Amino acid sequence: MSTMAVPDIAVAPVDEGFWTRSRKVGLTLLALGLLSAVLFGALATDQQARFTLSDDAAGAALEINGTIGAILFGIITIAAGAALLAGVPKRWFLPVLGVGLVAFVLSFLCWQVSAAPAGQNFMPLVNIIRGTFILALPLIFGALAGVLCERSGVVNVAIEGQLLMGAFSGALFGSISGSVWVGLVAAAIGGAFISLLLAVFAIRYLVDQVVMGIVLNLLAVGVTGFLYERLMQTDAAKYNSAPRFSNWEIPLLKDIPVLGPALFRGNIFLYLGLLLVLVIHIGLFRTRWGLRTRSVGEHPIAADTLGVKVLRVRYRNVLLAGVVAGIGGASYTLALYSFTKNMIGGKGFIALAALIFGRWNPTGALLAALFFGFADQLATYLGAISSSIPSQFLAMLPYLATILAVAGLVGRVRAPAADGKPYIKG
Amino acid sequence: MEPGEIHALLGENGAGKSTLMNVLYGLYQPDEGEILVDGKPLKLKGPSDAIGAGIGMVHQHFMLVPVFTVTENIMLGAEQIRGGIAGFLDRRRARREVTEVSERYNLRVDPDAVIEDLPVGIQQRVEIVKALTRDVDLLILDEPTAVLTPQETEELLTVMRSLKAAGKSIVFITHKLGEVKAIADRITVIRRGKTVGTASPEASRDELAALMVGRNVRLTVDKTPATPGDPVLEVSGLVVDDDRQIRAVDGVDLTVRAGEVLGVAGVQGNGQTELIEAIMGLRPALAGTISLAGDRINGWKPKKVLRAGVGYVPEDRSVDGLIKEFSVAENLVLDIYDRPPFGAGLALKPDAIAASAKERIEQFDVRTSSADAAVGTLSGGNQQKVIVARELSRPLKLFIAAQPTRGVDVGSIEFIHSQVIRERDIGTAVLVVSSELDEVIGLADRIAVMYRGRIIGIVGPDTPREEIGLLMAGISPDEAHDAVAAPAADKPGAATAADKPAAADGGPASDAGPASEDEA
Repeated sequence: MSTMAVPDIAVAPVDEGFWTRSRKVGLTLLALGLLSAVLFGALATDQQARFTLSDDAAGAALEINGTIGAILFGIITIAAGAALLAGVPKRWFLPVLGVGLVAFVLSFLCWQVSAAPAGQNFMPLVNIIRGTFILALPLIFGALAGVLCERSGVVNVAIEGQLLMGAFSGALFGSISGSVWVGLVAAAIGGAFISLLLAVFAIRYLVDQVVMGIVLNLLAVGVTGFLYERLMQTDAAKYNSAPRFSNWEIPLLKDIPVLGPALFRGNIFLYLGLLLVLVIHIGLFRTRWGLRTRSVGEHPIAADTLGVKVLRVRYRNVLLAGVVAGIGGASYTLALYSFTKNMIGGKGFIALAALIFGRWNPTGALLAALFFGFADQLATYLGAISSSIPSQFLAMLPYLATILAVAGLVGRVRAPAADGKPYIKG
Repeated sequence: MEPGEIHALLGENGAGKSTLMNVLYGLYQPDEGEILVDGKPLKLKGPSDAIGAGIGMVHQHFMLVPVFTVTENIMLGAEQIRGGIAGFLDRRRARREVTEVSERYNLRVDPDAVIEDLPVGIQQRVEIVKALTRDVDLLILDEPTAVLTPQETEELLTVMRSLKAAGKSIVFITHKLGEVKAIADRITVIRRGKTVGTASPEASRDELAALMVGRNVRLTVDKTPATPGDPVLEVSGLVVDDDRQIRAVDGVDLTVRAGEVLGVAGVQGNGQTELIEAIMGLRPALAGTISLAGDRINGWKPKKVLRAGVGYVPEDRSVDGLIKEFSVAENLVLDIYDRPPFGAGLALKPDAIAASAKERIEQFDVRTSSADAAVGTLSGGNQQKVIVARELSRPLKLFIAAQPTRGVDVGSIEFIHSQVIRERDIGTAVLVVSSELDEVIGLADRIAVMYRGRIIGIVGPDTPREEIGLLMAGISPDEAHDAVAAPAADKPGAATAADKPAAADGGPASDAGPASEDEA
């Protein structure tokens, strides 16, 4: 939906006088900094805010006095905002913005952690990072599926359905065969099945791609829900108890402080997801496949006149997207939980948001997914330390950020020009 | 086609030139007949077969991916690969090839520039380089000059000559007679999908035009000198932005008087569209005033502007002028359907609409199967006549026609031009915007040349074409005048040079063009 309206509204003005985008962002950042320095500083207590480098309260920790920390990081945010306001070279924009936002989050955390009940005023960094990645994982796979599809010019609203179908077939066939690998292949095929329907109807029969995507999501919920109740629940031991991938420790990397235990003692899906980001990014921008994919997504007629088979490229990419999303779905059922009805619960749509937030770029999508994952994890954490901030408020943040991103605050958001437009030869 | 020959394919819009060439390029499949290359029949299943057979094509609408670099666009479909199955792009080799080919044929392009940042003239050059890197022997240029300034056109003709010298054959599709005569070795004229004759470039313009349309057409517009009255439209200090919030009109002053035609000439995209849209109330004026017969009309809604006695032929009839799915009769009352006699309260009066449609179809010579036919089924010329008929059926103070004859056949052009002049003669102020210089020269009593959002000069209709051409390229009026006048003054016997401006004056003009762009 939003993907189609974007190219018309989001072309950044070139000349806008004094109030350039960088300055507007700087002003916002400055306001955020003031808010955090004053408000968070006032609310924070004199207790130490401890950020432990482990899973729990034990071990080494970074410590800072709550009030001082909240004010200090607030001032850093103010400084970053002021720098943008004063004007920085273009390539410094993103780093400065990043520093400002991270400092804002830290200021917020100093307040929250220091104000937590005694005995809970610590934040286990390993836990938080691991949780962020785990929660982001389906989003990463989903957003990559979106990248593959939409870069070739087919809008993929069916990510939710692809994830769900992947999760379901992974669970079912993994259980029946007793093999995680069979489950993984089945999950890929399950996701590809939804993709095939999308491809045939969108490419061959020119059905509106957004409508088709929504219909496929409903179809996936219906089919898996039906089979879950009528098949899986009749004999859960047989049909819904898939084996799980165990955690693999990566030699050497697992010994890196904080990051090692957080990331390199995880399961195959985490490694696969990160690897796929790299592979797809390089593939898209460095290979023949990528050049052709992008040309078909931007200007299919031009590609056609040069002998690129537009429809074939689109079919292939949509199917690949299904495979990726299917595996993403299996990251639930072959690693964490058994299958339940509608277990993806809207993550496919958040993945779509991550795709847009990440500007249709694999690396951008990864960062966006991690941001969403972090917000999610933070909400859980704040709940655990009985914070005064309602967790619903934090749960809302990712969507608010997406709206701001699509509105052009984070820069020029431009979908592939032919995204969502069927190609009719001749 | 012979090797090293420039073959012009001449015909009206819709005569079948582009379709023929798309078949030749493998985009469309022929229903019957065959294509012979070196005496052997050729079966083309797609463009890649055509490229394989040595046929390249530069399409009327460029086939370039706007967000790709020049190199990426050129390598697409014929990528240099390393790393085996992974298929990594070998950009360095591709870049070198682009540089090599562009140097060999003297077609300077920056291999790393992004297409959307390049002016159309350069984009076209990229298209030609793209074809040449594919080792074509036959290059098809489909209406290549439609989007170019006279100077860019001249450069293109030079390129074509050098390609010809290198042994390439060129099919040059156009409906502009002057260019054909300047460059072609042989001319084939097509009308309604059939070859109606071949001619040599020595044939006169009138002969060629007669072949194109099947009867003699006047290339000039018959009109008496204007008798300008009071100012009707007065624009001063107008500033307008385009859709991307980029300044498109940057301080325009102009006046159109009753009973005269003011023509606005200029290469497309120099603010003409935004100027007209601001006058019509379709686009906000950021500064300046627009007044119609003394009333300030800034900020008026389009409907109010129309009701105040302004007729408007928009530049793109399929987007703004007509509702293609609606019938001819309905389209004829789009502006006044809610007024008596066509509408009363909530209801339309179909009888009144039908009766008036019948009358106007006859009066404006609209060729349609019936008044109830969907307007989209009509030819371009007849669609345009529907718009003109609608707009001229009200009493007007001001008539604005943007690109009134774009994509229209010669017969309809003649008719529409005569209607414009008729409207002028009954005392309406007329503002014509056209990227066809001939049209502006033919219709206008005064010509305003727009360049980068400004009126760079206002000249009389007798001004030499090439002087207007220089103005269109942004050369100041004095310099333009001198540049055109100079050769005639300096060299004895230069009169012949002035007669063939395309060949003689293109040189200094094209040199001056880029330089002035750099300054700006």
